[in-house]
Amino acid sequence: MRHTINVLVENEPGVLARVAGLFSGRGFNIESLSVAETLDPMASVMTIVTRGDDQILEQITKQLNKLVCVIKVTDLVGKEYVARELILVRVTVKPETRAEILSITDIFRGKVVDVSPKSYTIEVTGDEEKIKAFIELLKPMGIKDVARTGSVALVRG
Amino acid sequence: MKKTGASILLECLKREGVEVIFSYPGGAVLPITHELPNWDFKTILVRHEQGAVHAADGYARASGKVGVCLVTSGPGATNTVTGLATAFMDSIPLVVLTGQVPTPLIGNDAFQEADIVGITRPCTKYNYLVTDVRDLARIIREAFYIARTGRPGPVLVDLPKDITAGTTEFKYPKEVHITGYQPTLDGHMQQIKRAIQLILKAHRPVIYAGGGVIAANAAEELTELVEMLHIPVTMTLMGLGGFPGTHPLSLGMLGMHGTYRANMAVTDSDLLIAVGARFDDRVTGKVDAFAPKAKKIHIDIDPTSISKNVRVDIPIVGDCKRVLAKMLTLLKEEKGGDEQRWSLEAWHQQIEKWKSFHRLSYNQNQIIKPQHVIERVYELTKGEAIITTEVGQNQMWTAQYYLFDHPHTLLTSGGLGTMGYGFPAAIGAQVAFPERTVIDIAGDGSIQMNIQELATAVHYKLPVKVAILNNGYLGMVRQWQELFHERRYSLTPIGDACPDFVKLAEAYGALGLRATRPDEVVPVLREALRTPLPVLMDFVVEPEEGVYPMVPAGEAIDRMLLV
Repeated sequence: MRHTINVLVENEPGVLARVAGLFSGRGFNIESLSVAETLDPMASVMTIVTRGDDQILEQITKQLNKLVCVIKVTDLVGKEYVARELILVRVTVKPETRAEILSITDIFRGKVVDVSPKSYTIEVTGDEEKIKAFIELLKPMGIKDVARTGSVALVRG
Repeated sequence: MKKTGASILLECLKREGVEVIFSYPGGAVLPITHELPNWDFKTILVRHEQGAVHAADGYARASGKVGVCLVTSGPGATNTVTGLATAFMDSIPLVVLTGQVPTPLIGNDAFQEADIVGITRPCTKYNYLVTDVRDLARIIREAFYIARTGRPGPVLVDLPKDITAGTTEFKYPKEVHITGYQPTLDGHMQQIKRAIQLILKAHRPVIYAGGGVIAANAAEELTELVEMLHIPVTMTLMGLGGFPGTHPLSLGMLGMHGTYRANMAVTDSDLLIAVGARFDDRVTGKVDAFAPKAKKIHIDIDPTSISKNVRVDIPIVGDCKRVLAKMLTLLKEEKGGDEQRWSLEAWHQQIEKWKSFHRLSYNQNQIIKPQHVIERVYELTKGEAIITTEVGQNQMWTAQYYLFDHPHTLLTSGGLGTMGYGFPAAIGAQVAFPERTVIDIAGDGSIQMNIQELATAVHYKLPVKVAILNNGYLGMVRQWQELFHERRYSLTPIGDACPDFVKLAEAYGALGLRATRPDEVVPVLREALRTPLPVLMDFVVEPEEGVYPMVPAGEAIDRMLLV
């Protein structure tokens, strides 16, 4: 099963290597990982999306907690939470597809953030399903490049 | 007044109670070695950095204190890796100080530069690169705190040369506070009560005691609990000495080379109480068949050890000493012990049957049997020596035939299985206890892995004894080849190029002795024990003797090969 885990860590060099090394060394997988400073500049939050059965997730959570640089681990499964990802897509634009691309972007509440004679770069945020649907719709137009942030998440309320 | 980084470092070590530093010098630690003579540390100059870490590890295991090493950058630092991994697997508190190139050169592929913090991240409990001399005192304080608290382990501190040569005001941090590091020491009361209810209802309980009992200094509490409840105890390799091996309730070691009665009792038990043990594969064999009928209670300070390999019914996260003490208090209030004694009668009878069905044994004929050497070592030292081992057959025979009654008396690389560990570890133990008898039980293969430390033993007049069980093979691998690989002895015969250990000892300035017949064993041991020098004893033993019982890897532990 898929899990989204928020990990509050000390904001210091080597922390990312410790967390990533834990996953690789123990054979856990990372589907996505994003990390940035919190309001307190001494701490960062990592949102890690991983997969595994209950026993593996129990180990992942315990092993993360055991790291000296980790302050708090929250597995969001079973909790109410919102998760969002930001994606930048550069798509080929031809006179006959221009209107449709703009309309899809509009429907997905995206923004065209860069324009060139032959392509648009579009920014969209959303949950996993929305991002997936957006990419599927643009594929026939010719996607040249994609950059994704990976999921970030917060508990509701 | 401003002080140099080197002097701040040594002042901090002093305040941590450090007495001994195992070291090998080099360019990057010159500011520290220059400062050292101003302090009254005992310094031991080893002959290889791996030896320094194992010696500090042996010192730590024997004394219960934190072992300290100082080595230089680059190869000095990378040579510590095996020692760190050994200590990490066995939860031994160490602080390893490595020199590093000056901070402006880090990342430039400078001479003798290695990213030792990167290299050792997975084999240390924590590690630090000091980038500002003002952080130094705090980091050293934290390093010792992390090494010795919770589940102990090695901590590495990387010290760039400009940091130890740099100066700052010395402020010793009064307290340590690390937000992300708060070990749970007291077990959950409700869980402890539930555990006691299970214990009092059990008909076939077994206690399975590991190295955590020794790390937590919980041997006394464990013995008291066992005697109150009359529950039989089996120990892991790391747990030997945590409960007296000569105690009537001791089942001996369990697992791959465990005793018949220990493995049968665990398999048949209806309650398994794991204390400071981690369900290692050499203990459990086939996991599904490990104590299949038993409810399981697991007391351990490390939550990640619990339900990692085997699901348990009652997890108790906490320090073994505190949890066992709490159990004792509750049991005394309930006066549960007496009923227990009566209801376990049938169980003890069953265990006696297993015991008489199969005991550890060997046939002593014209050639010396390795087990015979260990039994004589046991008798002549009255079981009171500090014993270290190398890894392989020598280690398993020691675990089987030397009955350890006291904690901190068997020093062996259990988790990583590091050949070459025993001899430097014996040096470290002898430094901690100059008056005690310290013996390394070795093989002819493993002793050659850190033989250079003979110079260290001679240099500091450390009367360490080494008993080499010389069978001309890398014996444990040979045994597996014999049993599972058609006796194809590929890469295991080493006897043809064996050095003359007697001459080797003499070349180093130590005493060398040899026994080739069974009747020479005791005289050689006696002479070694009364010699106030390092002694190498070459016991020429039966070449193809095997360690039995043996559970083939991956089998259930009640499926033992008995001979």
